[in-house]
Amino acid sequence: MPDLMALILLVLLSLIAALYAIFTKKTLNAVIASGIISLSASIIFLIYGAPDVAMTEATIGAGLTTVVFLYALKQTKGGEDD
Amino acid sequence: MIKYLLVFVALIGMCIVFYPLVEDFGTLTQLNPLAESYVKGSITDLNMPNTVTAVVVTYRGLDTLGEVTVLFLATAGVGFLLRRKQTHAAHRKAGTEFLRTGADFLSPLIIIFGIYIFTHGHLSPGGGFQGGVVIASSILLLVMANASFRFSHALLHFSESLSGAAYVVMGLLGLLLLGAASFLDPRYLPGGVYLSLFSAGAVPLIYSFIGFKVGAELSSVIDSMHEEGGE
Repeated sequence: MPDLMALILLVLLSLIAALYAIFTKKTLNAVIASGIISLSASIIFLIYGAPDVAMTEATIGAGLTTVVFLYALKQTKGGEDD
Repeated sequence: MIKYLLVFVALIGMCIVFYPLVEDFGTLTQLNPLAESYVKGSITDLNMPNTVTAVVVTYRGLDTLGEVTVLFLATAGVGFLLRRKQTHAAHRKAGTEFLRTGADFLSPLIIIFGIYIFTHGHLSPGGGFQGGVVIASSILLLVMANASFRFSHALLHFSESLSGAAYVVMGLLGLLLLGAASFLDPRYLPGGVYLSLFSAGAVPLIYSFIGFKVGAELSSVIDSMHEEGGE
């Protein structure tokens, strides 16, 4: 059995991040929280021995999707960057 | 209140519907015959230690071609929708000092790492898609940091279509040299020494083309998004 403790921690982290993303008022924080979900999912894939999937999840889920969301957010608000 | 109640009812209904799928889920202790033949064939036939790459590029090569086509269509859609007004593209805001210094230092390293990922796709985890996305993230860093950073769209589109066409030509070469029913079969190049860079037939070449294609496509997506948003 792979690291059970780390798995439980990661699942809890992604659950908390998901709930936070739903209930927070700030859209920016919700985008960051969904990036955290992708990151912990990719670590879970890595623990279960699927490094290819983990790489894809980390680059696309946590990297590119977050950036695309941030661009969209900037577009809707207009102005603030970073 | 009634809205939350309905949501909970829907959730419980979904639990009841999907529970039978989870109920008899268990970890497999042995491979099924198809998977076993893939695992054996990737080493004996294709001379490739990474079975995932063997499946993605060779055994399910047609699916990968379809995926690349889907990605191309998505990029074309984004470019078509966002590349209308080019008037205010001139004055985009420069990044801060930290971002610029970090980008100058990191982006060549990230590009080299991406190239490493897709050229070693048959040996280590990763491959064309992952390497391409890593390269695109480095382009993103450059675009965010430098206001004056421009790369030629003609070059980008040219390299994208060239690598896409080269991928199809690689597949057709298999058909030509190995006979019928071997589209995208990489074994027309020599298998090489096991675990060396130039082994596993044409797989490193094919994955490099896929990596170039994905990197160019996602870079053009990022660039059109940035020009649209960076007023």
